[in-house]
Amino acid sequence: MDVPDDLRYSDDHEWLRTDGADGLVGITRYAADELGDVVFVELPAVGRTLARGETFGVIESVKTASDLYSPISGEVLEVNDALGASPELVNEDPYGQGWIVRLRLADPSEAELLRDAAGYRSLIGD
Amino acid sequence: MAGADPDASLLHTPLHDAHVALGARMVPFAGWEMPVQYTGIVDEHRQVRNSAGLFDLSHMGEVRVEGPGAGDALAYALVSDPRTLAVGRAQYSLICAEDGGILDDLIVYRVADERFLVVPNASNRELVAAELAARAAGFDATVTDASLDTALIAIQGPRALAILQPLVDRPIDDLRNYAAREARVLDTPALVARTGYTGEDGFELFLPNAAARSVWDALLAAGADGSLRPIGLGARDTLRLEAGMPLYGNELERDVRPAEAGLERVVKLDKPGGFVGRDALVAAAEAGPRHQLVALVLREPGIARHGYPVLGQDDPAGEPIGVVTSGTQSPTLGTAIAIARVPPSHTTPGTMVRVAIRASTVLAEVAPSPFYRRPSAGVTPSR
Repeated sequence: MDVPDDLRYSDDHEWLRTDGADGLVGITRYAADELGDVVFVELPAVGRTLARGETFGVIESVKTASDLYSPISGEVLEVNDALGASPELVNEDPYGQGWIVRLRLADPSEAELLRDAAGYRSLIGD
Repeated sequence: MAGADPDASLLHTPLHDAHVALGARMVPFAGWEMPVQYTGIVDEHRQVRNSAGLFDLSHMGEVRVEGPGAGDALAYALVSDPRTLAVGRAQYSLICAEDGGILDDLIVYRVADERFLVVPNASNRELVAAELAARAAGFDATVTDASLDTALIAIQGPRALAILQPLVDRPIDDLRNYAAREARVLDTPALVARTGYTGEDGFELFLPNAAARSVWDALLAAGADGSLRPIGLGARDTLRLEAGMPLYGNELERDVRPAEAGLERVVKLDKPGGFVGRDALVAAAEAGPRHQLVALVLREPGIARHGYPVLGQDDPAGEPIGVVTSGTQSPTLGTAIAIARVPPSHTTPGTMVRVAIRASTVLAEVAPSPFYRRPSAGVTPSR
């Protein structure tokens, strides 16, 4: 399973890539595969403040709807507008073009609370 | 989101091991462990629309009704009149309760003069078998639930005939829609029916369990160039939804009467001998439907799903006027579609309604049904 070493992971299958005070968030390859064909992503408003673990959107596949949970506290700086026309990017490139939101982190050290790649691999039984 | 644990209480079809070997995701469904997808629902959906797909439907019920009184028994038990079927023909039918509510939808095949095969949904198999046995009690007919001994394999899509024909010992190209014939498939006696649940041309093969694996493997080998691929229950649902076909538990329910599902044509109120539910359905026909099913196309982003409330266009904060019975993203149309139960006042195509999706509402338009009709629909081989 595709689990990049440079990311942190939540138990809800979101990934976080930190860049200084900013963090990029998406869902993991495992989660995207489990959901199947993603057909719609409900994104949060830019400027919204998210608590760690807060629901910030919904990802819809052909089969089901699934909540998105913020892996870390922060303010939404940007959402991936490309998902409006191309939600399948979540399946095709979950760690790249399929990113979901960019956050201004309230406390970058919260990232330490998340799993590293090895910890996430063990979570998904990989 | 973790993989489902094997559940020892779930039934396995004779093709279970084949699905696992093909990498299918197996899920519990109506008491069975069934493949929901192999590669992906959209991929599989397009495979059936563009070429052909292979389905394991062995979870479906097969109830044999046989004997000199079999036709009369079925005419009494169901809302249609299977006595009018020629041998080798099939009809879509319903079994209703005394109060006119739908217990199940099913297909009746007349295999021989005094032999009928009834195919109910997997989830209603035991109920239907028990009801048929009870309702046949006053007739010279036997009712046998052969479901657990019978496999059902469907091959659906524009290339289905070309792939299946070489495995069958007699021509099937002249088989009409809703017709069936006994034939040997790979030397095994089978019932070959031109029926399906996808909106495409295709066939359903009723076989003894022991023959299922060899037929499944031979068909996949015949389509190994990519013309035939296995299809899971996920794509089966999106295919039938595009084709506007009802699903029991969604569009059809215990409290829904046939006319409320657009199925009044199936009910033969005046057939000789009467039938279970007739009095209630006569009264219902006079009263008119309380609600009806409509096709919806969403006009704003979102996916409408089973159970979501339907609201009036100008009254998004008001009481729901109806409910979504099925909904998904249509792989063929590229837009969100749904079927909904609404008041008779909201059934004209072009009528706008709203669907409540979580905290907001989205606009949806009543559309003509079905969403999808295959290019050659209506043109059936006539030899």
